[in-house]
Amino acid sequence: MKEELITSGRMNPYIDPHLNIWHWQIPLYLFLGGLAAGILFFAALYTIQGKADKYPTAVKIAPLITPFALVLGLIALFLDLKHKLYFWQLYTTLRLESPMSWGAWTLMVVTPLSFVWSALNIRQIFPNWDWRYSWVKNIEAFFRKNIITLSWILLIFSLILGVYTGILFSAFNARPLWNTSILGPLFLASGLSAGAAAIVLISKNHFERKQMAKIDLIIIGVELFLIIHMFMGFLASTQVQIDAASLFLGGPYTTPFWLFVVTLGMVVPAVLEILELNGYRMPRWLAPVLILFGSLMLRFIIAYAGQESRWLY
Amino acid sequence: MRYAMAIDTKKCVGCSDCVVACQTENNVPIGYCRDWIVEVTDGTYPQLEIELRSERCNHCENAPCVRCCPTGASHYEDGGAVLVTPDKCIGCGACITSCPYDARYSHPDGYVDKCTFCLDNRVKKGEDPACVSVCPTKCMYFGDLDDLNSDVSQVLKKRKWKTLIPEAGTKPHVYYLI
Ligand code: SF4
Ligand code: SF4
Repeated sequence: MKEELITSGRMNPYIDPHLNIWHWQIPLYLFLGGLAAGILFFAALYTIQGKADKYPTAVKIAPLITPFALVLGLIALFLDLKHKLYFWQLYTTLRLESPMSWGAWTLMVVTPLSFVWSALNIRQIFPNWDWRYSWVKNIEAFFRKNIITLSWILLIFSLILGVYTGILFSAFNARPLWNTSILGPLFLASGLSAGAAAIVLISKNHFERKQMAKIDLIIIGVELFLIIHMFMGFLASTQVQIDAASLFLGGPYTTPFWLFVVTLGMVVPAVLEILELNGYRMPRWLAPVLILFGSLMLRFIIAYAGQESRWLY
Repeated sequence: MRYAMAIDTKKCVGCSDCVVACQTENNVPIGYCRDWIVEVTDGTYPQLEIELRSERCNHCENAPCVRCCPTGASHYEDGGAVLVTPDKCIGCGACITSCPYDARYSHPDGYVDKCTFCLDNRVKKGEDPACVSVCPTKCMYFGDLDDLNSDVSQVLKKRKWKTLIPEAGTKPHVYYLI
């Protein structure tokens, strides 16, 4: 049998025997970013459509989570940096070629917006809230007057944030598993679905829960389509991408991916939601919690498996 | 000016002198290396062929590590060498992830490190990189591709060569004579 055997004398920590430089921080950061993007997207969308009264949780309550999610995400990103004292260098330039750069800037836009949006809705939690200073009241009045403009900005930036969580990976041609343009839309869809799930979880409004569950069903359908599409693309591509796909098709990530992400994170909650929409009684929290879990696992598994996929030469 | 290196796989005996010379010259932390030896065995027993090569950062002309760096810490230096400025590096690891050759590592001090072609410490003084100058079989050539009389240009004209993973589109500046 013709054989090829490659022996390398290199044993650099975190690089060999296979890349292992990104740990839990990056997938967590991407999950929280995607979740916040999903929630803010629906809040902005329903405001623009003038449906804030029909979707009170989506517009006014769920967004209150997003400042926490985004700040936690930024903390996770910070923890991942190995030269932490130089963190500020990230915000001295904007490099459009580098997703790490424009993504960090996108977060710098979305995070303050999420604070503004939450401040506008703080009375949902503290009904007697009053700003102490008159200039804060003026700012609030300004944003209330321009709420539609604010919503459009939020809508666009939440979409950019959602896509970015996938593009951060897909921009690396050195890791064949990540090097597919499907990852952008897939992670965006996963973020939107996590956002919708969070709304279903919190909402007490029957109509809103039903509508958001329906939206989640559609997004799960899109996600499954994208995943199948991604594997078809890999299998029809070069050897390195066939090898990358085989990590999930018989390789070490087969069970975690198909069990946690696809079955528990998509198929089971979809079935639960269909049953619930048809009048069966289900524990209300189960489907959305599973969706959030699946979305988190998707980022973790893609992050870790991608680092194991490589060119061989 | 375009700095390049040519490494003769037919002459390399895999002694690792270049690895040790680099570690000493560049104070590479213990347990890390900027260059390393790869041995590829090919064929059907007993007709086996071995290729030995000393690998390092390829100082790519279309370097994904430079493209992915958010701060500009990874950059092209004069002559096309790819270098990292430690004071600009935040240690995000994007460049490490983007290199198809895994030529970079995270220095224990936090920034990212890799082969520099010994640009500041030797080449600018008119010397060859440490690995080139120490090789006992003289299997490495370093110089300017734009100078048609340089050692590198000459040997690349005479010999057959390859680069590593050309299909990754990186346009390496380290050539392997075969
Ligand atoms: S070999 Fe890797 S580190 Fe060196 S220039 Fe090319 S991509 Fe960058
Ligand atoms: S680790 Fe440093 S050199 Fe590498 S991409 Fe990040 S900032 Fe740039």
